[in-house]
Amino acid sequence: MWNIIWKGKDNMLNTNLKHLETEEEVKEVLENNENVMICCGRMGPMCIPVYGILEQLEGVYSHIAFRDQDFDIPAADFIKSLPECSSFMGLPFTVYFKSAKVVVATSSIQSKEQITKILDKEFGKSSLNNVHQNSKRSIVK
Amino acid sequence: MENVVIAGSGPAGLTAALYTARAGLNPLVLEGHIPGGQLIVSNEVENYPGFTEPISGIELVDRFRKQAEQFAARFKSESVEEVKKQNDIFEVSAGNQTIATRSLIIATGAQARRLPIPTERKFYGKGVSGCATCDGAFFRNKEVLVVGGGNTAMQDAVFLTRFASKVTIVHRRDYLRAAAIEVERTKKEPKIEWMVPRIVEEILGSDSVTGAILRNPQTNEEHRIQCDGIFVAIGHDPQTKVFKELVKTDENGFIQVEAGSTRTSMPGVFACGDVRDLVYKQAVVAAGHGCMAAIDVEHYLERKG
Repeated sequence: MWNIIWKGKDNMLNTNLKHLETEEEVKEVLENNENVMICCGRMGPMCIPVYGILEQLEGVYSHIAFRDQDFDIPAADFIKSLPECSSFMGLPFTVYFKSAKVVVATSSIQSKEQITKILDKEFGKSSLNNVHQNSKRSIVK
Repeated sequence: MENVVIAGSGPAGLTAALYTARAGLNPLVLEGHIPGGQLIVSNEVENYPGFTEPISGIELVDRFRKQAEQFAARFKSESVEEVKKQNDIFEVSAGNQTIATRSLIIATGAQARRLPIPTERKFYGKGVSGCATCDGAFFRNKEVLVVGGGNTAMQDAVFLTRFASKVTIVHRRDYLRAAAIEVERTKKEPKIEWMVPRIVEEILGSDSVTGAILRNPQTNEEHRIQCDGIFVAIGHDPQTKVFKELVKTDENGFIQVEAGSTRTSMPGVFACGDVRDLVYKQAVVAAGHGCMAAIDVEHYLERKG
């Protein structure tokens, strides 16, 4: 995670998520996936925890396409100009799409609980059972 | 089996990592959700000894981290979710693993306090923010309030003058906790105004913030102020929730330690940095505590054999 923050100083959005860097990529992900979550931000303390949570959830919610996007690139105008984001004044802007339509949009930092609640409600729960509890732990001794 | 697990990666945790690594204890650091702790929000740090020029918080933390890594400290991007004690061993649950360790250093720091009014949550991200460096640019040519009277509030106010047309500092007392140099800098800024003593009673707006109701706690007089944003810098609460069953804490959640040491009520568990510091809350103090915790761990493990 630290590499995400530190490298991010010079290399925006150095996360393990797939990045949306062009308008075509935005269009493509929305056309080809029913459930999409896009987190649009920078590499600051309000955004980094959200990227980290998405990285964790990506492997669990296989029916959702998780993407991030640099807030300062031209392609981010799509997110910035959404009516649902018009009152947002805190990074990151996180937008949830169902069949290419916005179902929820949030501004600023969100907890794992807040995010999973939206995912479960809008897109359905993960087929894996251990999202919240991580009950199947490996014990390292 | 780990010798020592360090929860947290701010100045306290990273200094503990450096010292325990140099002691050959091969520490494992669980970085938490925001690696680097509160310091990474600081635009400029100019009071850490040894740095004659200001350094950004993020760069300072990176130097701490690299120094610990040089001595083979290990890092995981996980937060502690639970700790159980089995005989003399601690089982630390983090992510999808449970890590067995002979000792534990708690250095999870503190998280920013929120305004205790319902509308603060409603407008968070829509005019209310806890990070001036993150969200300041949204308030270009707008009027903002900065709530708080400590160093962070003063620094945020000065930083926000880069963007905002007017910055009003709102503080509940008629004296400030901030260092004199920070107050002087703030007072020199022509864009900054003061509303003290005042308490934010309510945040106004529909979709986003348009103003606030302030109350003078001495006279109970209330009045409205127009603003587009409210930056909250009213202090921090210790992040100790997951350790409350393990160690004794005070009524505010700070971990109690033996005087002059980092030993907690649970043998083998040590606390350093802002989780135990009610007073100073400085990076250099946290680093000192981290050093103490590492030495205390070393002595503890030596005695255990």
